[in-house]
Amino acid sequence: MGNVPTTVKHCLSNEQLIRDYPWLTRWLLEEKGVAANPEYPEFVKIVEVGPRDGLQNEKEIVPTGVKIQLIDLLSGTGLSVIEATSFVSSKWVPQMADHTDVLRGIERAPHVRYPVLTPNMQGFQDAVAAGATEVAVFGSASETFSKHNINCSIDESMLRFEEVINSAKEQNVPVRGYVSCALGCPYEGPIDPAKVTQVAKRLYELGCYEISLGDTIGIGTPGSMAKMLRSVMKVVPSNALAVHCHDTYGQALANILTALQMGISVVDSAVAGLGGCPYARGSSGNVSTEDVLYMLAGMGIETGVDLAKVIEAGEFICNALSRKTNSKVAQARQAKHCD
Amino acid sequence: MAAVTVMRFINRRTLSSTMGQKYLAFSSAAAAKAASVGAGLPQRVKIVEVGPRDGLQNEKTIVPTDTKVRLINMLSESGLPVIEATSFVSPKWVPQMADQVEVMRDIQRKPGVSYPVLTPNLKGFQAAVKAGASEVAIFGAASELFSKKNINCSVDESLQRFDEVMKAAKEAGVPVRGYVSCVLGCPYEGKVPPERVAHVAKRLYAMGCYEISLGDTIGVGTPGGMSEMLEVVSREVPVSALAVHCHDTYGQALANILVALQMGISVVDSSVAGLGGCPYAQGASGNVATEDVVYMLHGLGIHTGVDLSKLMDAGAFICQTLNRKTSSKVAQATCKL
Repeated sequence: MGNVPTTVKHCLSNEQLIRDYPWLTRWLLEEKGVAANPEYPEFVKIVEVGPRDGLQNEKEIVPTGVKIQLIDLLSGTGLSVIEATSFVSSKWVPQMADHTDVLRGIERAPHVRYPVLTPNMQGFQDAVAAGATEVAVFGSASETFSKHNINCSIDESMLRFEEVINSAKEQNVPVRGYVSCALGCPYEGPIDPAKVTQVAKRLYELGCYEISLGDTIGIGTPGSMAKMLRSVMKVVPSNALAVHCHDTYGQALANILTALQMGISVVDSAVAGLGGCPYARGSSGNVSTEDVLYMLAGMGIETGVDLAKVIEAGEFICNALSRKTNSKVAQARQAKHCD
Repeated sequence: MAAVTVMRFINRRTLSSTMGQKYLAFSSAAAAKAASVGAGLPQRVKIVEVGPRDGLQNEKTIVPTDTKVRLINMLSESGLPVIEATSFVSPKWVPQMADQVEVMRDIQRKPGVSYPVLTPNLKGFQAAVKAGASEVAIFGAASELFSKKNINCSVDESLQRFDEVMKAAKEAGVPVRGYVSCVLGCPYEGKVPPERVAHVAKRLYAMGCYEISLGDTIGVGTPGGMSEMLEVVSREVPVSALAVHCHDTYGQALANILVALQMGISVVDSSVAGLGGCPYAQGASGNVATEDVVYMLHGLGIHTGVDLSKLMDAGAFICQTLNRKTSSKVAQATCKL
C-alpha cells in the first residue's frame, strides 16, 4: 500500500476496524462457528461459609442457638453446602467452642452438606464423633502466614493434613482443601503463583476432592487472579477448583467473574458478607453471598439458591449481631424506594 | 516491592498505614508482572471523575464553595484527566450547584485537564461559557418514563432541546459529551431494551457529542446485561467514543466495568470516595468509587495517570468535610482511624 495516504491506511487497518467495532471480531468468528464471548458455566455451586469463616471473624461471641438458627435458615435457601463450624481448639478460636453442640443441634436438610474444619487428627476425630460427614483442611501459600496462623511450616502442616486425609479416606469422609494467601500475604506481600500451585497440587494429590483458593486479604485483582488460576489449572483440573474471594478492596465480584470466565464453577461466599478482615481492622472480609447470587442470576447462571431467602437469613444474623449487612444487594433491597 | 508514596493525610496511622502502603504497592507489582492478562484489555483507560458534580449533587449536605474548589484542586493534583466540575442547572432545582459560577472562577485549572460542566439547556450553556467553561455535557434517557418523570418531557423532546445547545457549542468550538441514563434498567420501567439505548446513543453521537457515557443509573446491571447492551450500542457508535458510568448500588460496578473493558471500552466514569447515594433508593450507594476502579485498573496493568495515594487524600478530605464514611473499599482498607 505504498501510495496510499496514511489516513486512508489508518482507516483500512484491521486493528483500527476491530478497535472501533469490536462486534466485528465476534461476528466474523461466529461466521466461522467459533464462540468469541467468554463462556460462562451454566451452573455455579455456592459454598456458604458464613456460619464458620464469617462468624469466626466477628468480634461478638454468638450464642449457640443463634448459630443453629442461622444454619437452619440457610438450609432452606437452596444452598447445597454450608460450612457449619470448626473443630479447632477453643483456646485459639473461642467463637467455635460450641462446635459439637452446633453440629448436633442443626436440622440437616436433605441434599445439603455441612463440612467442618479439622486442623489436625484430634479435631478430625472430634468432628466425626459429633456426626460430621465432610471435613476441610487449611493450607497456606505463604510460609510466614502458616507460621503465624498455625505455628508450623507449610510442609509440617501438610504432614498433619495427610494424617487427617488418610483417616478420612478410611471412613469415607470427603475432604476439601483450602489454600490461603493465594493472591497475597499480609506479611510476605505478593505471592508467586508457583507457590500456590505447589500447595494446591499437594492437597489435591493427598486426596482433597476440591481445592478452594483464597484471596485472604482481598488484594487480588482480575489480573493476578487470572495469572494464579492459569498456573494452578495446569496441575489441578478446573472442576476441582473453587475461589474464595475477600472484598476488602472491593475487587471480589470482578475477581469471581474472572474465575468464571476461566472455567471455575464453585464460589465461596458468606451471607451478609459476615466476617471482617482480621488483617485490616474495620475493613470487610468475605464477599456477600447475596451480591454473588445477584450477579450470577443476572448472567443467567443457575445456582439453585433463592436470593430472597438468603437476604432473610442475612437480616436475621445482622439483627442478632447488631450490625449492618455488608451486602449491597441487601442494602438496596432494604432501602426506602422513592419515586 | 515497589517504592511507595508516603500518605500524608493525618488520620492514617502506623501499622495499618504501612500495610496499606504495601497493598498499594501490590497492585503495581502485580501490574508489572501481569503479561497481557485478559487479552484485549485497553492499555490506557481515561477516568472521568464525576464526584464534584454527580457525587455532590446527590449528597444531602450543601457543601460550601471553597470546599468544592479545594476538592477539585486536590483531584487535579492526583492526575485525573477529566473532572466534572459543576452543573449550570437552575439553583431552584439543584441547590447544591447554585455556586456554579464561583466554582468555575475559583478552581485552579491544571494544564491538560478538562473540566466539563452540565448544561441542560441553551441558557445554561451560555452561562457556562460566560463563566469560562471549555467543555459541556448533555443528558438523554433510554427510558421514556424516566425522561418524563425527571425532566418532564419525552426523550425525543429532550434531544430537540439539546439541538440548540449543540449548535451553539459547535459555533463556539466547545466539545460536548453526551450521557444516556437507565441503560441497564429504569426505576419506573424496569428492563430497558438495548436497542433503545443504541437509539439514543446514536442520536447524541450524530448530533455531535464526541463521547457518549452509558449510565447504569440505578446500578441494577450485571455483566450479562452490560455486554449485551454494549454489543448492540457499539454497532451504532464506535466503541472508542463510548464510556461506562456504573453505579454500585447492587455491588456490581467493578464486574460490569471489567466486562466493558473486555469489550473495548476505555473510558470509565467514577466518583471519588463513591460520593453520591442513589436518589431512587434512599440509603443505598450510588456512584462507583474512583479509588476502587483505579486499584483494579492498576492491578490489571492498565495505565490511568492517576496517583492513587493523592486520590485517596482527596477522598479523605471530602468525607471528613461531609462528615460521612467513604464508600470506597480501598480507602476503608488503607485508611485507619
